[in-house]
Amino acid sequence: MRDTRYARIMVLKTEPFILNIGPVHPSTHGVFRMRTTLDGEVVVDVEPVFGYLHRGIEKLAEERTYTGVIPLTDRLDYVASMSNNLAYCLAVEKLAGISVPERAEYLRVILAELQRIASHLIAVGAFLNDCGAFFTPFLYMFREREKIVDLFEMVSGQRLLYNYMRIGGFNQDVPDEFLPALDKLLAQMPRFIEEYERLLKENEILLARAKGVGILPKEVAINISASGPVLRASGVKWDIRKKDPYSIYDRFDFDIPTGEVGDCYDRYRVRVEEMRQSLRIINQARRQLPAGEVKSEVPHLVRPPAGEAYAHIEAPKGELGFHLVSDNSIAPYRCHIRAPSLLNLTALRDMAIGWKVADLIIIFGSIDIVMGEIDR
Amino acid sequence: MILNSSLNSIAYSSTLPPDWPGGFWWHWLLFTVIIIVFALTLVMGFIWIERRGMGRMQARLGPNQAGPFGLLQPVADALKILLKEDIIPAKADRIVHWLAPVVAFAPALMIFAVVPFGDGAMLADLDIGILYVVAIASISAIGIFMAGWGSSNKYSMLGAMRGIASVVSYEIPVVLAIAGVVLVAGSMSLNQIVLAQDIPFILLQPLGFLLFFIGGCAEINRSPFDLMEADSELTAGFHTEYSGMKFAMFYLMEYAEAVAISAIIATLFLGGWRGPLLPPWLWFVLKVIFVFFIMVWTRTTLPRVRIDQLMALAWKFLFPLALINLIVTAIQILVWPDALPWILVPINLAIMALLILLWSKLFKLGWGRVEV
Repeated sequence: MRDTRYARIMVLKTEPFILNIGPVHPSTHGVFRMRTTLDGEVVVDVEPVFGYLHRGIEKLAEERTYTGVIPLTDRLDYVASMSNNLAYCLAVEKLAGISVPERAEYLRVILAELQRIASHLIAVGAFLNDCGAFFTPFLYMFREREKIVDLFEMVSGQRLLYNYMRIGGFNQDVPDEFLPALDKLLAQMPRFIEEYERLLKENEILLARAKGVGILPKEVAINISASGPVLRASGVKWDIRKKDPYSIYDRFDFDIPTGEVGDCYDRYRVRVEEMRQSLRIINQARRQLPAGEVKSEVPHLVRPPAGEAYAHIEAPKGELGFHLVSDNSIAPYRCHIRAPSLLNLTALRDMAIGWKVADLIIIFGSIDIVMGEIDR
Repeated sequence: MILNSSLNSIAYSSTLPPDWPGGFWWHWLLFTVIIIVFALTLVMGFIWIERRGMGRMQARLGPNQAGPFGLLQPVADALKILLKEDIIPAKADRIVHWLAPVVAFAPALMIFAVVPFGDGAMLADLDIGILYVVAIASISAIGIFMAGWGSSNKYSMLGAMRGIASVVSYEIPVVLAIAGVVLVAGSMSLNQIVLAQDIPFILLQPLGFLLFFIGGCAEINRSPFDLMEADSELTAGFHTEYSGMKFAMFYLMEYAEAVAISAIIATLFLGGWRGPLLPPWLWFVLKVIFVFFIMVWTRTTLPRVRIDQLMALAWKFLFPLALINLIVTAIQILVWPDALPWILVPINLAIMALLILLWSKLFKLGWGRVEV
């Protein structure tokens, strides 16, 4: 008699509940929504919901001239506009068979690598912020991102959406004060990266939080066609700058940093290491930078021959590709964008299930997505 | 100015004469006013210290526009918050939702009743002073759970659950760490504990201090244990659904609790109001600010732990270490029954270092992934 009563009291009924994380939430890096099923604190299921930022960029591109699409590409990955411009311009140049002057190629490499550093600074800072380090690493990294943004402001007049590259080069050369400022930044930057490392690299709590959390196995990473730091952290040595060199990347000497396990900590480490490699590339490009024109002869309205072209680059977040179809008019017939954030995001569910809510947040942060690119 | 002179007179004359008309009620009234003024002023000071200090540590300026050095920033914040609309969620339990900030805030002030600002300068010199502190400090947890439950919001509920779990777990090492101090002092009255500190207890009880500091931080929800309101995970945790003055009460509670725990640490381990040259109340305030500054420092430095790691830290690390600390202290008291000698300071420091090194090698923090 007593036993059954005891049993009835002790067996408490529990049930999983659904928690909507986002679309307005401090850690969703934009308007992303995770429909999360939780069993207490444990994540049972994650269903990503997105589309809140859809602007129809691919469709809008069909109604503009080839040059007029460049401002639209700024709005894809809005913390790495230069890389988007570069990928799009490469695609149009491939389609129309336009060559780019030597100086412009070097400047493109310098700007794209600066952009990679700026983007990784945000990624690492936001990741550490998601881990709960209350804004300190984030603001330290923003301090140097600010300097890079200042450089971009010098060349383009803009601080976020640069709209600087043009088909066939640039519309104007960099101003005189750009190169001295760049040299100054290049001299300072290694010390600052050391400083970020000292902040939290070996921190006991960070190791406990990030090591072994959200492992993305090599096979899964390849199968979902992940790219960028997410793929490389899983141990795959894949970098388009090496595997399919675009622009003039085959002239530079740099390494591809890879992780071993594919956990959040590896993704963080790979990004920091990539900043160092980017600095190496910029230093080489700066030394070899030739004088000369920055734009080849391109007609005001580019009218490529009918056909298709796909150009991809190693953007900060992964493989960014533009697939353009031309019908020999002044506007693209079709413009498809391969957004790295979207494909990397598909790994979220596999990585997060079984971990706690807090881990879900840092796993999501370690993928480093930008909603502008996912929703397009 | 008035506060200064009154605190001064209290500090030097210990308590008011008992033959005043009205007897102890004058004492009661005066100290109630002093405590409220002291706590609220220090809360404003703490908010300023935290925001400016964090600004310095984070390579930015911090608030510097309102008043000289931004000193009036808390006033500006308070004015803004007072003018905000008070929103109650449609499905909230209205009474619980309304009552929660009060239940959470009041205990933080009540703790000061037994904290001495000078020799005997306190509202009530209870014989069980430290027991009273432990008992009262736990009440805030009820307020936090009421907030989580009454808001009818899942974030609030998760935050409140975490809050209860951490308070229940960390109470034990904290109380055990206090027991070590009580053993050495031979009294539970906070004034007697201060009087017993010819050698500050941070030197005689270094492990106890560390345990109490960590446990205290966890109990009052300071980083790296700020899981209750973990802004990157639960938006604002238990006070997600609060706005206006009710939110201000929670905000005040957080800092009042920080003042309270800093005051208790200063009293138990740093010699309270004792110190050369300066008046006792000033020593006390300086020590409180010093302890709080360390809390600000950890907040800007460390990432947040996960909930299972928080529990593991309490039960696998702090609890056994607190037990060992208690046993070691008891043995020392048996050997030196009159007063603990200076020679114990290096010995206890060595014991602390050894135990911490050993324990961190023995156990794994948390349990990681769960199969679902």
